[in-house]
Amino acid sequence: MKPCALAGFASEAPTFSSLEALPGDLSDWLVSFLPDIEWLRWLTASLLAIVLILTVFGLTFAMLTVTERKLLGRFQNRYGPNRVRVFGIRVFGFFQPFADAVKALTKEDIVPAAADKVLHLLAPVCLVAFSLLGFAVLPYGREMTLLGNLDAALLFFFAATSASELAIFMAGWSSRNKYALLSAMRALAQLISYELPLLLVAVPAVMLAGTLSLQGIVLSQADWLGGILPHWNILTPWGFAGALIFYIAALAESNRCPFDLPEGESEIIAGFLTEYSGFKYALFFMGEYFGMAALAGLGVTLFLGGWTAPCEFLQFIPSYLWFYLKLVAVVLSFMWMRATLLRLRMDQLMRLSWKFLVPLALVNLGNAAFWQFSSNWEGAWLAARWAISLAVAIVPFLLLAKTLTAGLGPRQYRYA
Amino acid sequence: MNSANDIFSQPGFQPVHDDFHGDLLELSIGPHHPSTHGVFRMNATLDGEVVVKLKPVFGYLHRNHEKLAEQNSYLASIPYTDRLDYLSSLTNNWAYVHAVEKLAGLAVPERAEYLRVILGELARLINHCCLVGFLLNDLGTSFTPLLYSLRERERMLDLIEELTGSRMMCNFMRFGGLRTDVSADWLARLEHFLDHQFARYLREQDALLTGNEILLARLQHVGILSPKLAVQAGITGPMLRASGVDYDIRKVDQYGIYDRFDFRVPLGDHGDTYDRYMMRMLEMHESVKIIKQAIRDLPVGDFLDPKAKNRGLRPKAGSCYARIEGPKGEIGFHLVSDGSANPYRYRVRPPSLINLTVLEDMCLGRTLADTIVILGSVDIVLGEVDR
Repeated sequence: MKPCALAGFASEAPTFSSLEALPGDLSDWLVSFLPDIEWLRWLTASLLAIVLILTVFGLTFAMLTVTERKLLGRFQNRYGPNRVRVFGIRVFGFFQPFADAVKALTKEDIVPAAADKVLHLLAPVCLVAFSLLGFAVLPYGREMTLLGNLDAALLFFFAATSASELAIFMAGWSSRNKYALLSAMRALAQLISYELPLLLVAVPAVMLAGTLSLQGIVLSQADWLGGILPHWNILTPWGFAGALIFYIAALAESNRCPFDLPEGESEIIAGFLTEYSGFKYALFFMGEYFGMAALAGLGVTLFLGGWTAPCEFLQFIPSYLWFYLKLVAVVLSFMWMRATLLRLRMDQLMRLSWKFLVPLALVNLGNAAFWQFSSNWEGAWLAARWAISLAVAIVPFLLLAKTLTAGLGPRQYRYA
Repeated sequence: MNSANDIFSQPGFQPVHDDFHGDLLELSIGPHHPSTHGVFRMNATLDGEVVVKLKPVFGYLHRNHEKLAEQNSYLASIPYTDRLDYLSSLTNNWAYVHAVEKLAGLAVPERAEYLRVILGELARLINHCCLVGFLLNDLGTSFTPLLYSLRERERMLDLIEELTGSRMMCNFMRFGGLRTDVSADWLARLEHFLDHQFARYLREQDALLTGNEILLARLQHVGILSPKLAVQAGITGPMLRASGVDYDIRKVDQYGIYDRFDFRVPLGDHGDTYDRYMMRMLEMHESVKIIKQAIRDLPVGDFLDPKAKNRGLRPKAGSCYARIEGPKGEIGFHLVSDGSANPYRYRVRPPSLINLTVLEDMCLGRTLADTIVILGSVDIVLGEVDR
């Protein structure tokens, strides 16, 4: 196994286009200037890959912040930020993040007198670090991961990213602010509850691919029916149900609306962010966006075929671009949710997880097992396979959804 | 960790008990909080997130309104009434001039009465628009419905600005009529706005939000106000009607010319936050109907009684209480005259303040998130609560 797949990439992969091989070729070319010592070349190539990923996702984070604000603006019948200009060029306000960065860096960093100063400082750092760890195992493209084809990639991802709960609790606790404490309590309960459905719907993908390696899960989906219909998990009944549950749980895990209770602005000011200012605040922001992007990347890998193209003839577009496009599309849909939906209450949030998503995820596990068991059914049996699987996906959903909205509904009003 | 500022080293510091139930958390919500709708404060005692005690604290915006009015001439108080409930200054004006007219026995020309109805109902539309938007914002909608509501409000404010010269502080009603007349063009544009943009806004709001499951889950069976308590506490306006009590001063008193219009009064059955939200939505439909009828029937004539004396008005000694149905409830003025040029006593009956008195009863046993929503559904404006 190669420790860094980027370096050895060009020699192995079938060449679909020169663009496909570009990152690997570039890395090989740069490394070829170094003396021919194996560990030095390996280390340099690894660092190059890490720097590339950090740069790409750092810039993506910057652009996503301004895109979110502009998108929200358009959803809300206004313009969004469009003032910042550099050398007289305005580019629709897309220089905003650079102005934001200067502002965040030059702002006074206020630490409350009663705060636990060490934890208060460590919390944002931890959040960013834990969120970034998830990027180590995501398959960005054909034979492109930072840690190589790690066999327990999925396990590593969940282990690393779920530690971000700790960072949020640290922030809420160390601020010694009552709003921050309430927020930390909410965050801990929420993140732990939604970890479960998130993990449970990832299991079927593992079952069908037969491997915990994310690269392996992508490869299991890299096929097309008739060259146009991709073999993605989302296009199976269990995969579709799983993707929906994953989407909801990922929204909750990344504290996005309608699950933004830990920082519910109208209730607890800014929650665990209340006592943060300046660059620490910016770090929290960055950590949340990295976390969101990492979860979206995992979702794309598990259900949307990872870096594979939706149609066979579209393979000339490099695999890493497909991955990136899918990831950004998922993140943009998160923003759409934010402009549309209302926030749930804490008890409703917990009910949604434990009484709705977790049972559905468990049923989905059985559904995926059936799907795998019936993989060689043909003819009329194939129709039966689809019918049974669809029924198992839809019926529990409808039954459980009824219990969620029991006693609620539009009302008729009388007039005097 | 050993600095002098550390809570642990403060004298009298008590560690949290280690039994499971723990202590109650006292939380001061406001006066600077995103969702207290102004400088309002709630001293809440929380058990986890459940409210076990809630004490409203207000007075941060006290401006001596009533005492000022006792030093001013009757006319000079009209602009001050704008600043009571600053979202609906026209109905404040109306309630005040209504009281002075009753005190001094002034007549109001027919055309002025119709125009007052149009402007009063327009103020109701503006107020309910704002309320619905801000309530949804308290529910965490990231400003989307609020800005949709403010868009419609802005169109109405444009019309009002064109007519009165000011967007919010209109200062438009006078004893015996109005300050200026309304042009036919203005009325046509108002009608066009109601028929097209505003009708579309109401349709959109209903389609997108009224049936939304999260909205239903957040609002239904939350903050229930029983009809008995509502009557005992003197609650008025949409909040009272949401509890199912049929009491609309437009119907009860039929002040002005309200007996001439065909409109209905919606009533709620549950008295919860959702009913209070829906009362506002349904009342907007009725207000639109009233405005259209008033525009249709508007007679020609004086907009201000030529015999009415605004400057240097000296009503005969006596007292009166007059009230109208404001957007938030019964807004009334109690005036005592000793025959001089300024009132001897001037007292406002502010619907916001009186509707706020039942806040604790509605919030007990609910969570912090519900408290914010319940407060949003009461519809307060601190300018009126504190005066």
